[in-house]
Amino acid sequence: MAEPVIDLRSVCKSYGEQVVTDVLRSVDLRVERGEFVALIGPSGSGKSTLLNILGLLDRPTSGSVAIAGVETTSLGDAELTRLRGRSIGFVFQFHHLLPGLSATENVMMPMIAAEGRRKGAMEARARALLTRVGLDPQADSLPSQMSGGQQQRVAIARALVLDAPLVLADEPTGNLDTKSANEVFALMRAFNAERGVAFLMVTHDPRLAARCDRVVELVDGQIVSDQPQPNIAPATP
Amino acid sequence: MPISWFLAARFLREGRAQSALIVIGVAVGVAVMVFLSALIGGLETRLVAQTLGTQAHIVVRPADEAARPMMLDATTQTLAHIERTAQRARSILRWQQVSDELSRTDGVTAVSPTTSGPAMALRANATRAVLLIGADATRFASIYPVREHIVAGRFDPSRTGCVIGRELASDLGVSVGDKLRLSASGEVAELYVVDGVYDLGNREVNRRWVLVAQRTAQTLLDLPGGVTSIELRVRSVYEAEAIAARVRSRTGLIADSWMQSNAQLLVALQSQGSSSAVIQAFVILEVAMGIASVLVVSVAQKRKEIGILRAMGARRATVVWVFLLQGAIVGLLGSIVGAALGAGLGAAFAAMARNADGTATFPFSISWALLGRSSLIAVATGICAAVLPARSASRLDPAEAIRNG
Repeated sequence: MAEPVIDLRSVCKSYGEQVVTDVLRSVDLRVERGEFVALIGPSGSGKSTLLNILGLLDRPTSGSVAIAGVETTSLGDAELTRLRGRSIGFVFQFHHLLPGLSATENVMMPMIAAEGRRKGAMEARARALLTRVGLDPQADSLPSQMSGGQQQRVAIARALVLDAPLVLADEPTGNLDTKSANEVFALMRAFNAERGVAFLMVTHDPRLAARCDRVVELVDGQIVSDQPQPNIAPATP
Repeated sequence: MPISWFLAARFLREGRAQSALIVIGVAVGVAVMVFLSALIGGLETRLVAQTLGTQAHIVVRPADEAARPMMLDATTQTLAHIERTAQRARSILRWQQVSDELSRTDGVTAVSPTTSGPAMALRANATRAVLLIGADATRFASIYPVREHIVAGRFDPSRTGCVIGRELASDLGVSVGDKLRLSASGEVAELYVVDGVYDLGNREVNRRWVLVAQRTAQTLLDLPGGVTSIELRVRSVYEAEAIAARVRSRTGLIADSWMQSNAQLLVALQSQGSSSAVIQAFVILEVAMGIASVLVVSVAQKRKEIGILRAMGARRATVVWVFLLQGAIVGLLGSIVGAALGAGLGAAFAAMARNADGTATFPFSISWALLGRSSLIAVATGICAAVLPARSASRLDPAEAIRNG
């Protein structure tokens, strides 16, 4: 059996020294390759903290985190950075593209960061992905010259350019109109189906959550429900 | 292209106006450095050249004569006063040997054994006290730029000829081919033909120095076969005192360097150099503060982008280099513009203020070394100024930076 892309065991996260606030309490979560998981929960339930820990941007207070089969507890900062670049793609609510770079350069950035330098072949790969997300005409545009939906599609292409087995999406449609939100979600589902990339998507939209393979609900730092969704309609980008 | 170069260039391009302003700030600082250094260097070069135009770098001469009291009974007599001996013109003992040894001394480029002493120049009713200098013309010309400053005739005094300065020629009313009388050591004055007239740019020298053949000086000064001093030229003028000290210890003779006899000039040059160094230090500080403040603002503005880069796998070291390189690029661009600005300003300044003879009132000495040094200082300052912002950028918590910007 293939190793899960996410394997959290008894993960706790607390903040503060004098007054300790427990944000995550003994979270166990396992996500397999090719799964499309929605993470839902009210504000302050610990979703962002959990996403940061899964994205190796933060460390748990206790418990173990394994990403793509690599146990991360004992890794140093440089190794975490390398693993993050290689194994995890990010899609943020506000897309967070680098404003001074064109769409193509933004998509190339994870490759440049991984290789340490810009190479000619990277551009062709980035352009091919932009074509795949329907942004061929905008390949040389700056983020400020694109709509919110287009920017989010660039962000998805960027998350997938290194063939990471896991994409963490933090409310990727939260800032988009319904039509764009549907397009972006359909695109993610399409990549999920085509490439077997696992998606963990934080969302407040119950309709989108209902269209995922599985819904995990977090309340007060604890997973209160983890349900597979029956009868998911096939996605169309 | 390495990622840090790529991002540094993009960050600078993104904040074009900010980058242009700080490049201008660095350029102004570098221009001030280049301009000041070139101006002060030019003034120093001219002052030293003027001083050394009529002075050997080192003059070696015999030790002064001292009275030696004769004691009849050393235990009982006390001398209340010893009269100092009047110094007469004396020859350096075994001067040929000393001269050969001096010419082999490291750093010495020319040696001229010279026979000199006081004399009188007479023509008709006019009499002038002069300094008679006899030396081999070629050797003497390797110490003093006489050949370059001959205004009439030539510098090659014959046994019966002499070369005099412009002022003495005017005072005595003589020109090339005329005769004048020279008298020394109380001897009857002999007639000499004026072979040439020089102008060394120093009126006192032009009025006093009478250059003759060595044999002529030896005869007139009653020093047959002797030389009163050996004059030296050295490779680096500022090493003259160190070489003079070596000569003193090796020969036991007195060796006066130009630095010793022009101590006040040196103090003035050093003071000038110190003022320039202080001004340059403040300019460097200004440049550093300017670059640092712009980069600190840049780090604050780009917190979110730094967080995103880190999330996408950019290492801390990459982030450090992005900001260090921005400092270096700003320093380099500023230094190129500043060096051109400083050099242009100096050239314009030198061209505007002219002396009556057409030479620049403010000499301007610019070199590739000066431009290179100024650029290097600017780039190094840029990198140093970027260290703190770079460190703070690399220490940003990516999650917090993405969340709060």
